Amino acid sequence: MNINATLIGQTIMFALFVWFCMKFVWPPIMAALDARSKRIADGLAAAERGKNDLALAAKRSTELLREAKEKVAEVIALGDKRASEIVEEAKAQAKIEGERIVTAAKAEIEQEIFRAKEQLRTQVSAIALAGAGKILGREIDAKAHNDLLDKLVAEI
Amino acid sequence: MSTEGLTTSAYIKHHLQNLTCSFQEGYFHCAHTAEEAKAMGFWAINMDTILVSLLLGLMFLFIFSRVAKNISTGVPSGMQNFVEWVVEFIDSSVRGSFNGRSALVAPLALSIFAWIFLMNLMDLVPIDYISLITQPLGIGHFKLVPTTDPNATIGMAIGVFLLVLFYSIKVKGLGGFVGELTLQPFGKFGLPVNLFLEGVNLIAKPVSLALRLFGNMYAGEMIFILIAIMGASWMSFSFASTLLFSSQVILSLGWAIFHILIVTLQAFIFMTLTIVYLDMAHQEHH
Repeated sequence: MNINATLIGQTIMFALFVWFCMKFVWPPIMAALDARSKRIADGLAAAERGKNDLALAAKRSTELLREAKEKVAEVIALGDKRASEIVEEAKAQAKIEGERIVTAAKAEIEQEIFRAKEQLRTQVSAIALAGAGKILGREIDAKAHNDLLDKLVAEI
Repeated sequence: MSTEGLTTSAYIKHHLQNLTCSFQEGYFHCAHTAEEAKAMGFWAINMDTILVSLLLGLMFLFIFSRVAKNISTGVPSGMQNFVEWVVEFIDSSVRGSFNGRSALVAPLALSIFAWIFLMNLMDLVPIDYISLITQPLGIGHFKLVPTTDPNATIGMAIGVFLLVLFYSIKVKGLGGFVGELTLQPFGKFGLPVNLFLEGVNLIAKPVSLALRLFGNMYAGEMIFILIAIMGASWMSFSFASTLLFSSQVILSLGWAIFHILIVTLQAFIFMTLTIVYLDMAHQEHH
């Protein structure tokens, strides 16, 4: 337990250790710690920003959804309207077509009736002629009486 | 644990004796007894103190500089985690006590804390284990705890004292520093009294630093030695011997656990006081 030159050695060693620590140990570690705390701060800020963005996006999405719903309702209403229009149009066309068919049929029927009447007329005239012949007891010369007969047919 | 015929006082003396060596008559010679060590005078060196403190200091610097070299700013792991924890602890201590801005104070505090902590920690190595290595090498005395050698603690305190003087003069100028020593607290007419008071105040800083650390560690070591003697008095399987031996086991365990606190606390006190002294050196108080 004597005071001796160890003292000087220890002081020199101490100074060297402190110098080394100050030069090679402390600065890089502190720089890394500062860099990390900056990174953490940045990360937290980014997270906060992300949260805000998310809230904004959620708001925007509900807005978009609402708009889309409105549009869809509009389109559906438009479609309904158009459908009823088409139905109405079809109805009108069908009516016209029906009427046309009916008129055509009526015309045909009339024509048919007319034709039948014509036929009947000729046949009736033939029958009448035959009847008259029988009544008169002799053959009527068709050629001679054709004018008369035609007149008759026209009268009937 | 002692060999036959070794008395208690010899055992204690043996454990308190440094490995003091010096050049004498052309060759390197190590003292065998306390008287011989004393006769070597000032120009002798305690090889054990120098060696152990050098190894511990290099160990600290090696680990920390390796971490510092490969440090990553990402998620720290393993050793980096530990080193960062220590560095942040020191940094917050310095920020709490030191108001100026200095690139030196924080690394200085780290060096002081880590070095003293490691040197004090050697106290937890059972006191006779080191002789298992040194005895076969023919080395008679070897004190494993450098801080129980006043040379180590005074050496560090001188380093701190020089820094205090340097910063006092750098910050306040030579005139300011001398003025601080001579012109207060009683004004220029009380100059001798002022110089005496402030001189004592100034000198007390390194002295208290060195002696507090030395005293605490020396006393702790002393108690470890005394506890070890209890076991050394083993004679036979008698009641008294068994009681003494088991007392040594329990007491040394208890004292070692308590010493973990002392080891850390003394390192912390030395560091904190250094920071405070340097802070005072940076401040003008008038």
